[in-house]
Amino acid sequence: MKKIIPFLVLGMLAACAPDKPKQDTEEYAQEETSKPNAVAENAMTGKGLGQVTHVTLNTPLEGERIGRGKAVYEMKCQACHKLNDQRVVGPGWSGVTKRRTPEWIMNMVTNTDMMLDKDPEAQKLLELCLTRMPNQNVSIGDARDILEFMRQNDGEK
Amino acid sequence: MKTTIDRITIALLATLMAVAFYQCKPKGPAEVTIGDAAAQVYVAPGKYDEFYNIVSGGFNGQIGVYGIPSGRLFRIIPVFSLSPESGYGFSEETKPMLNTSKGEVPWDDLHHIALSTTKGEHDGRWIFANGNNTPRVARVSFKSFRTEEILEIPNSGGNHSSPFITENTEYLVAGTRFSVPMGNKDVPINSYKENFKGSISFVKVDPQTGHMSIAFQLRTPGFNFDLSRAGKGPSHGWFFFSCYNTEQAYTLLEVNASQKDKDFIMAVNWKKAEEYLAQGKGRIEKVKYAHNIYSEKTHSATSTMETEVTVLDIEQLPDMVYFIPCPKSPHGCDVDPTGEYIVGSGKLAAMMPVFSFSKIQNAIAKKEFEGDFNGVPVIKYESALHGEVKKPGLGPLHTEFDEKGNAYTSFFVSSEIVKWNVKTLEILDRVPTYYSIGHLSVPGGPTSKPHGKYVIAYNKITKDRYLPTGPELTQSAQLYDISGEKMKLLLDFPTTGEPHYAEAIPASMITANSTKIYKIEENENPFAAKGEAQARVERKGNQVHVYMTAIRSHLTPDNIEGVNVGDEIYFHVTNLEQDWDVPHGFAIKGATNAEILIMPGETQTLKYKPTEVGVVPFYCTDFCSALHQEMSGYLRVSAAGVKTPLKFSTGVPDDATSGAGK
Repeated sequence: MKKIIPFLVLGMLAACAPDKPKQDTEEYAQEETSKPNAVAENAMTGKGLGQVTHVTLNTPLEGERIGRGKAVYEMKCQACHKLNDQRVVGPGWSGVTKRRTPEWIMNMVTNTDMMLDKDPEAQKLLELCLTRMPNQNVSIGDARDILEFMRQNDGEK
Repeated sequence: MKTTIDRITIALLATLMAVAFYQCKPKGPAEVTIGDAAAQVYVAPGKYDEFYNIVSGGFNGQIGVYGIPSGRLFRIIPVFSLSPESGYGFSEETKPMLNTSKGEVPWDDLHHIALSTTKGEHDGRWIFANGNNTPRVARVSFKSFRTEEILEIPNSGGNHSSPFITENTEYLVAGTRFSVPMGNKDVPINSYKENFKGSISFVKVDPQTGHMSIAFQLRTPGFNFDLSRAGKGPSHGWFFFSCYNTEQAYTLLEVNASQKDKDFIMAVNWKKAEEYLAQGKGRIEKVKYAHNIYSEKTHSATSTMETEVTVLDIEQLPDMVYFIPCPKSPHGCDVDPTGEYIVGSGKLAAMMPVFSFSKIQNAIAKKEFEGDFNGVPVIKYESALHGEVKKPGLGPLHTEFDEKGNAYTSFFVSSEIVKWNVKTLEILDRVPTYYSIGHLSVPGGPTSKPHGKYVIAYNKITKDRYLPTGPELTQSAQLYDISGEKMKLLLDFPTTGEPHYAEAIPASMITANSTKIYKIEENENPFAAKGEAQARVERKGNQVHVYMTAIRSHLTPDNIEGVNVGDEIYFHVTNLEQDWDVPHGFAIKGATNAEILIMPGETQTLKYKPTEVGVVPFYCTDFCSALHQEMSGYLRVSAAGVKTPLKFSTGVPDDATSGAGK
C-alpha cells in the first residue's frame, strides 16, 4: 500500500523516450512545427513537459521518501548539485521548491532531454550552466522521493 | 556472293570476339557495377542497415560489426586481443579474460563466427568465435556486443575446426588443426604415426546463461581437421568434419599431405557419444585449461583453471564415427538448410562431391564399407554420394545456401562465386571476385532458414581495389545481390584484420535488445563509487586505491596528494552517467598500459605505477561535453619514503592563489 503514488500520471503517449533516433525527416519536421503551441501551453502552467501533470504534496513530510530521495541524490545528482545555493555544474538546490512547481521539478528530472529542448525555463538554465543536464534514468517514483528530499532541504517539516 | 561470305565471316568474327570478350576475366578495378547498384546499397542519413554482418578479424583477434547493404563499419569487438581503445585486456577487470594455462596470451587468430540458433534458426543471443593459435573459443553477447566468456581448449594443436554449433546450440565444437602428441610429450617429430593424435572437443553451452564447458573430447587418429558443420533437421545429432593430411605427413605438407586421391569427411554421431559418456565409457585425463567469465554485475572477469576432460576414443568405441572418402584435401564441409546434403570442397579437386545423409545412414545400416582406418569404418564413396558438381571452378573452399535451394561456393584459384542447385547439381551462374575469395556469407546461410538476398565475398587479395596505402592494404569484401537469377555485384567495402568466416543476421532480431547503459544501482563492482559521496582514496601498504567518479564534466577526486614513487595506484573509475552513449575515458600521463573507457554506470580500473617525482595530470579521453577539456585533475607524486599527507578533493581550493570559487 505504501507504493501507491499520490499523483496522477497522464499523457504517457505524449512523453516519448528520446532513445529512438528520428528516422523520417518529414515526420521530424512536422513535430518541430506542431509542438510550439503545446510548449506555450505547458510553459504557461509552469509545470514543464512530461508525464507528471499533478503532484499531491502532504504535510508533514513523508520520512521514508526523504530517506530514499537522499540516497538517489547521492548516487545520481550530488556530483553536480549542491544542497546550498552555490552553482557548481548545475544550480544549487536551496530554494528550488519555492522557485519551481513540483510538477516542473519532476518533469525536469525524468524527462530531461525534452525539457532542455522545449521548456523555456529549462533552456534558460542551460544557457546559464552550459552543460546539458544528463538524463540519469530516474524513475517517476524516485523523482517523487527526490522532491520530498528537496522540500526537507528547503526547511519544510 | 563474296559479300555474303564476307558478311558471314564478319558476323562470325564478331560473335567470336564477343564470346572471347565475355569469357575474359576482368583484370582491374575498372569493372563497374550495373543498373541501380548505388541505390541498392545507399542507406540514407539516419536510416539503418537491414543486416548486421558479424565478421571475423583473423590475425587481429577481433570481430568486426558491419552494416549490410552499406558495408559501413560500426564496431570492432575485442575478443582474443588487447584493445587500447576500450582498455580491454589492460584494465584490472578485463585482464583475466586473456589468461590461459600458459599465462596471459594477449593475441589470437580469430577465424570463424557461429551465431547461436534455436531449432536451426538464428535466435540473436550470442556470437561464438574461435582462437586458432592458442586454442580457445569465445562467446560474445548480442546485447552488449562484448566478450563475455573465453574457454581454453586442452589437447589441441590449434583450434581451426571451430566453433560450429548444433541446431539448438547444444554444443559447439573445437577440432584440432594440427595433430600433436597428447599430454605435452617429448617425442621425435618423425614418430607422428605412433604418437600424434587428433582431438575434437564438444563444448556444451548452457541454454540460459550461455556458459561453456567441455562435455567430452573425441580422440582420433592423427591427421588435420579443417572445418565442420552440424547436421540439422533429419541429420540433427550428427556432426561432419573435413579432414586432410590423412597421409599423416609431418613435413612439407603442401606436397606430402596432397598425395592421396581422397581424404575424409568424418561423420560423428554425437548422440551416440552422449550415450557412451552416460555409460561411463569415457576416460578422465588430467589437463590444464583456463575458463574466463566476465560478469556484467561486477563489471569484472574471473579466470578459473580447470583440470580434467573426459575422452572418448573413436578407435575403441564402435558405431559412433565413420569416415567418408572426399577428394583431395577437403576444406569446406557444409550442410544445406534441409540437413540432407553435405557439400565437400576438395581444395585441389576438379569437381565437388555432394553427400546424402539418408544414403550415409543406409550405407551404415547395410555396412557398405570399403575398409577401415585404425578400426573406424570407411563408407564406400559411391554409397554416400548424392552426386558431383562437374567442373565447377578451381579451388573450391566454402559453400553457403539461400532459401530457394541454391548453393553458393567460393573458388579461391579461379576467383569466383558459383551458384548451383543443390538437388540437380546444375551450375546456374558465376561471378568474378576481386580477388581470390576465401569465405563467403549469405545472411542465415548456414541455418535451416536462410534470409537470402545477398552474398558477401571476403577476398584474400586486395591489390588495386582501393587507394594504395603502402605495402599493407585493407582487406577487400564484396556484396552481391542474389535476389534474381543472376548474381549482381553491388559494392566493394574494406574490412579490418583478415576476415575469414562471417555471418549476417537481420537487424530486427538484434536492435531492440541492445544494452544502452548499466544501471548504477545494480553495479556490484567492489571498487564502485556509487555517487560522489563515496569517492575517496585509501592506502593499503604500498597500494593506493582511488575510488573515482566521472560525470560531465569533472572527476572526483581531482586533486590527489600523498602517493609515492613505487606505489601501485589503482584508479577505480565509476561513470555516474545514466544516459545512452555518454562514456567517459580515463588516462594518466606515463601509464605503461592504456586508457580505460567506462560506460554509463560501469566501474573500470587502471593500474598506474609512478616512477618519478612530480605532479602528473590525468583526464577524460572521450569528448563528453562542452567542458570536456576541463575534465581533468592532478596527482602529486612524492619521492619514496617522503610522508606527504594523504589528501584528496574536488572543487575545494585551499589556497589564496586559486581563482576557483570566486
